[in-house]
Amino acid sequence: MTTPTEVDASSIPEGQAAALEARDIAVTFRGRGGGGQARAVDGVDLRLGHGEIVALVGESGCGKTTLARTLLGLERPAEGTVLVDGEPLDYSSRALKAYRRRVQLVLQDPTGALNPRHTVYEAVAEGLRIHGLTDNENERVAEALSLAGLRPPERFFLRYPHELSGGQRQRVVIAGALVLKPDVIVADEPVSSLDASVRGEILALLLRLRDELGLSLLVVTHDLGLAWNIADRVAVMYLGRIVEQGPTEELLANPKHPYTRALLSVVPEMGRMEQVVLSGEPPDPTRIPAGCRFHPRCPVVASGEAAALGIEEKCKGQSLPLLSPTGAHSAACYLEASADSPS
Amino acid sequence: MALLEFDDVSVTYRSRGSDIPAVRGVTLSVNAGESLGLAGESGCGKTTLTSTVLRMQPKSAKVTGEIRLNGDNILDMTWGQVRALRWAEASVVFQGAMHALNPVQKIGDQLSEPILLHSKVSKKDADRRVGELLEMVGLPARRADAYPHQLSGGQKQRVMIAMALACDPQLIIADEPTTALDVMVQAQVLNVLQGLVKELNVGMVFISHDLSVLSSTCDRIAVMYAGKIVEQGPAADVFDHPQHPYAGALAGAFPRIGDTRYRYSPSGLPGDPPFPGDLPSGCTFHPRCPVAVERCATQEPSLIQHGSHQTACLLVGSEIA
Repeated sequence: MTTPTEVDASSIPEGQAAALEARDIAVTFRGRGGGGQARAVDGVDLRLGHGEIVALVGESGCGKTTLARTLLGLERPAEGTVLVDGEPLDYSSRALKAYRRRVQLVLQDPTGALNPRHTVYEAVAEGLRIHGLTDNENERVAEALSLAGLRPPERFFLRYPHELSGGQRQRVVIAGALVLKPDVIVADEPVSSLDASVRGEILALLLRLRDELGLSLLVVTHDLGLAWNIADRVAVMYLGRIVEQGPTEELLANPKHPYTRALLSVVPEMGRMEQVVLSGEPPDPTRIPAGCRFHPRCPVVASGEAAALGIEEKCKGQSLPLLSPTGAHSAACYLEASADSPS
Repeated sequence: MALLEFDDVSVTYRSRGSDIPAVRGVTLSVNAGESLGLAGESGCGKTTLTSTVLRMQPKSAKVTGEIRLNGDNILDMTWGQVRALRWAEASVVFQGAMHALNPVQKIGDQLSEPILLHSKVSKKDADRRVGELLEMVGLPARRADAYPHQLSGGQKQRVMIAMALACDPQLIIADEPTTALDVMVQAQVLNVLQGLVKELNVGMVFISHDLSVLSSTCDRIAVMYAGKIVEQGPAADVFDHPQHPYAGALAGAFPRIGDTRYRYSPSGLPGDPPFPGDLPSGCTFHPRCPVAVERCATQEPSLIQHGSHQTACLLVGSEIA
């Protein structure tokens, strides 16, 4: 299955293909009312290794969900390729169906994701039925429920979503993903609609699934605390691009990109850090600024520091190369480059 | 005299012939220019408690105790007096701003409605006031002409805050005002709220299950569990040095980024909050409590002063502290 020859050797630390990889992906949507094209994802390299947990972090509207949907095969990229175990994703409907057994999605709001008129058993068994896995259905459902921490599973079979707490509902959704024995789970804000007390429990479950089943996990979130809790690597996305990526400890302890620094400074627990509140919300993907796409909101440009360092021209006019999706901590920022080579 | 005082307030819902105690004897106060954070899980009674301030609780609820706003007991007021109180003296920023605005009415018209109802001003003055309000929450005055769908989530939430300010209330109740918002937008909204408390000298009750948000925004925090206050004290203190095991679990749910103890070990609290109609004996938290001892199942702790906090736990002050 794996064809490592397809993959650039420098990007494979363990000598094997990634479970899931995006290569220079762009996803565009037609603009509304004669507006320009929206480039929701605008050139992204991202790599999810086997058994790895990667957090894809960014504000609403930065394209992180679109990127996740593209990796799931729900969206077709306008440019670039999705690689699964080193092979380009096949978009024929039969291949996609098989693919979706291996890559499962867990959504933010478990209440919305479950049919209120289906029992827990039906909700979890639905995937099996779609994929024609009708043998041992009972056992498979029971196994998935207990993997998701609902024990004893039989006690939950005939319950309806309204009889469960928020945390239990999210466990049912996760069981529905696990029942197909996927290699990869993509979780879109898996804890943001849950109570604080439940949050840690669900994150611990995700971590355990990786440790025990070797699952690879891509977690889409705006929560840097979540990344610190469970992720091996973090990729920070801004307006369709990854602007900083690296191992979690390095990236969060020593953020390089002004955008990452701002995001980190507004996490409430970081009360001791000086807050950098960016004004406004991410700009419009139909009008991506020239140069560094963050420059209109960048505190380093606004404060004149960029001008003092002589990089302001570049920030405003010269676009940055894509970041390599693996290895060392790196940021797409001229500040970084100017720090490396003192003038 | 405090701006808002809850004095031994209990709220009981009557459902299918049985009494369900949602709030059980809460005493709390908020001063002008002060913000109080009210923390707890879904179903702990925090929204029920604050809904009594404007008498918004459902008809089936029986409220006892006293709720005093500027010294006047709200439970003794006539319906007309309560109506006059709403917006003008106390207002609410509701959870889920996305759904609280009328989608077919311009923002400006929705903002001027309470102003026109509560004060005798011309439409023109009301419009001027709307512009001021929008600028106060960091939106340009011309956004008054926008419909809700033209605004982002954070902008809508700020419109909700502007609306709560429309009639210069002395008290604002913010019910999960930043849940479902992004960190950056959350920071913007929190800064707006904090500024209001300090600059306009309003009192604020801030409801959230996120202790980290409360600790960065509020002066004091009260933690509720199963209808009772289990701990209250200065905000940073409660977050950094919680005494009650439940407050500790809530505080621990949000990792300190950079602290290696939280790396690969997210901490949560097993189990679910008890159903208010069927509360455990003794300390209601004991079935989920990581440090419970035998007497916790039989003896109900009361709220006792320990240092700067008040805590309702049998073990605080004895072996663990």
